[in-house]
Amino acid sequence: MRFGVVVFPGSNCDHDCHYVISTVLGQPVDYVWHGSTDVAGFDCLVLPGGFSYGDYLRSGAVARFSPVMKAVEKFAASGGLVIGICNGFQILLEAGLLPGAMMRNAGLKFICRFVDIRVETTGTPWTNDAQVGQVLHIPIAHNEGNYQVPPDELEQMKKNGQIVFRYSTPGGEVTDESNPNGATEGIAGICNSEGNVLGLMPHPERASEDAIGSSDGLVIWRSVLSHCGVELPA
Amino acid sequence: MAKARVYITLKQGILDPQGKTLLRALKSMGYDEVEDLRVGKYMEIALEGDDAAAIEKRLSEMCESLLANPIIEDYRMEVEA
Repeated sequence: MRFGVVVFPGSNCDHDCHYVISTVLGQPVDYVWHGSTDVAGFDCLVLPGGFSYGDYLRSGAVARFSPVMKAVEKFAASGGLVIGICNGFQILLEAGLLPGAMMRNAGLKFICRFVDIRVETTGTPWTNDAQVGQVLHIPIAHNEGNYQVPPDELEQMKKNGQIVFRYSTPGGEVTDESNPNGATEGIAGICNSEGNVLGLMPHPERASEDAIGSSDGLVIWRSVLSHCGVELPA
Repeated sequence: MAKARVYITLKQGILDPQGKTLLRALKSMGYDEVEDLRVGKYMEIALEGDDAAAIEKRLSEMCESLLANPIIEDYRMEVEA
């Protein structure tokens, strides 16, 4: 299974993603420059975190017009696996590959800390190795994570099982206090109706080794590998 | 050469954390008459052309695709052709 990590001007989690995929997971991975128009040969594309194009105008608004995004859109439309993390999630929203939009955090502060998120569904390529209700301890680092979506669209997403992660207490309760940024219904991650495109604000690549505080993010990588028939030793 | 002014504002019903903070700040400064405040974006755009209707049409496309996010924002414009 071959991964591609897309690099936009201003991406800064690209190396972390590359490191986890190559060194921790032992899988083949290449960088894909944002000017590239070809993503042939990849099974999974990662849109990493960072501040693409300086977050000018709106986070992800300029990056979505990068040449590579046409190829990413085609790749996703043909069922290719795409994960957008933090700024990558914002780019997927701006590109219309995922529903909704990001607003500034309700508290107007950049938040950089560990949070807990609850797995809401295991019916996606990204969570099939997890349990419903499982709580993952994963860091966030963002200024625009206040997820908004019109109510009728939200209802449709719930029916389709597109809500993948919600911010929760360590015990798995979704409360106002566990919501760090004001996101609608504490939503931390969503997928498209087909499930092959995932966007999430927390950083699984920063929680993939116990030595740096948590390896709870591994369940997302393990899930997508097992979805593609790659089983890692426990 | 034409000039356009584009105003981008958050849709009604979308909470505006910056606006709320400024509203509270103004009230704490004694400006009790302020009832609501919403923060938006203002852009000055110079473009070729002299047909205001055609310019507005092109600008609307620009707003829909890049300058505004129609999910959370509204836009309006003034064109001097």
